[in-house]
Amino acid sequence: MAASNTTTSNAVVTMDVFRYEPDASELPRMQRYTVPFREDWVVLDALNHIKDEIDGTLSFRWSCRMGVCGSCGMMVNGEPRLTCNSFLRDYYPNPIRVEPLSYFPVIRDLIINLDHFLDKLEEVKAWLIPAEDRELSEGEYRQSPAQLAQYKQFSMCINCMLCYAACPAYGHHSEFIGPAALALAQRYNMDSRDGASDERADVIFSEEGIWDCTFVGECARVCPKNVDPASAIQQAKVEATKDFFKSVLVPWGKRQQPAESR
Amino acid sequence: MARSKEPIWWSMFSAGGVIAAFLIPATLLITGFAPLAGYITAEQLHDLIDRSWLVKIYLFILIALPLFHWAHRFRFTVADLGLRGGAALQAILFYGAAIVGTICAAVILIRA
Amino acid sequence: MPRHQPATPAKQHIRPMPVGWWLKRTSYFLFMMRELTCVFVGGYALFLLMLVARIGEPDAFAALLEHPGSLVFHVLALPFVLYHTITWFNVTPKALVIYRGEEKVNPVIIAGANYVGWIVVSVALIWIAWIAIGSA
Ligand code: SF4
Ligand code: FES
Repeated sequence: MAASNTTTSNAVVTMDVFRYEPDASELPRMQRYTVPFREDWVVLDALNHIKDEIDGTLSFRWSCRMGVCGSCGMMVNGEPRLTCNSFLRDYYPNPIRVEPLSYFPVIRDLIINLDHFLDKLEEVKAWLIPAEDRELSEGEYRQSPAQLAQYKQFSMCINCMLCYAACPAYGHHSEFIGPAALALAQRYNMDSRDGASDERADVIFSEEGIWDCTFVGECARVCPKNVDPASAIQQAKVEATKDFFKSVLVPWGKRQQPAESR
Repeated sequence: MARSKEPIWWSMFSAGGVIAAFLIPATLLITGFAPLAGYITAEQLHDLIDRSWLVKIYLFILIALPLFHWAHRFRFTVADLGLRGGAALQAILFYGAAIVGTICAAVILIRA
Repeated sequence: MPRHQPATPAKQHIRPMPVGWWLKRTSYFLFMMRELTCVFVGGYALFLLMLVARIGEPDAFAALLEHPGSLVFHVLALPFVLYHTITWFNVTPKALVIYRGEEKVNPVIIAGANYVGWIVVSVALIWIAWIAIGSA
């Protein structure tokens, strides 16, 4: 579509933006901006317009502008959204309220502190730990399409944390490992090449792992990549229950200890 | 971090949830609405339970498992409502009530 | 397991969880209603317990069954237990994921099988009660 067709002349949209400037004030406030309305603009474009043309002090994260990097997640009218994926035309002519992702601590304006999330990814060992170590010369780890299908959905996660901002269990208890990290743990547990489910189990089968989840299911609804963390967590609960009763009924069937910490 | 003992309660919660989902609506119609509409009298219902061991076992299951379902879900509902103080006491209270209810049901139905 | 120290900035703003969070979004509200169905599920179990405690005393049994309080309870409980049934079946496919080769079995089929089973069981229960009373 030609760019000229997509501009509605003189039309504007009102943006109410969450501001938090710790050097200036302890308390956050809402600031109103008026930006041009364009058919093909997303909320992120409007924020960039504000930063470039109106108020250079506004801070927010973004990178790819195409829904793959996962850095532009914010609350748009109370819903966790990728702002590069949310068109102004879907809200126009109503005002648009932009806030940092719910439940996370705010560092500045629309920027949240994501250290906790990164820690959690590390705790659940969200990476492949091969069941058998192989030399490069022995060739690749092979996997059938059916084995790939088991975990593929969970591997689509882009770490945007929208699911955390939708999760009241995380809102109540920030130590909860939470939807994406648990879905990623499950992603590696279900990978036929991986051999570390038992190591991960100590974390994900703990109180702060899957058992903090009350299956609200909002994580699945807001996820832009259709990951369905809620399903991953329910499946892990079933696994944890099997694991528990196995350890009660056959206590001598010792689980293998990991050779050393990896 | 340690693996939780939650599977004990979660499995009871799930079993109770299944039993409740499949059986309670129809049973509710029999105990609540059939007498109201005159399809069944209290006396008939009483004799139905009194005469049959199968019905007694059915009722035992329908009392015990849904009680555990309630205890577990209610514990988390209270937490979700933001009342997070005294979590251990709450757990003892709710699961304790389910255990007492189950024992009562067993004793009553065996002696009846 | 030690969590390494996050590089927390000197100041950060923490937004407390609002007490009425579940009133702020329809999906949260429906979630809370789903959780509260347990009060009626447990309440009905308690009612049955009170009922069986009166076996052998037909008068007390009838008094409880026909008490206005029980009727009110049944009327209130019906929508909640139905909501429990519906929500329970609808989320079953999330915990029970079945693969046929590379294809995930459609969740609608798994939930649908539950609904069909539920209708069969419910009709059977009512039919058995009917027959048993008729033959008495
Ligand atoms: S699971 Fe979905 S919502 Fe959560 S971080 Fe991954 S992509 Fe984002
Ligand atoms: S900017 Fe990368 S996902 Fe939006």
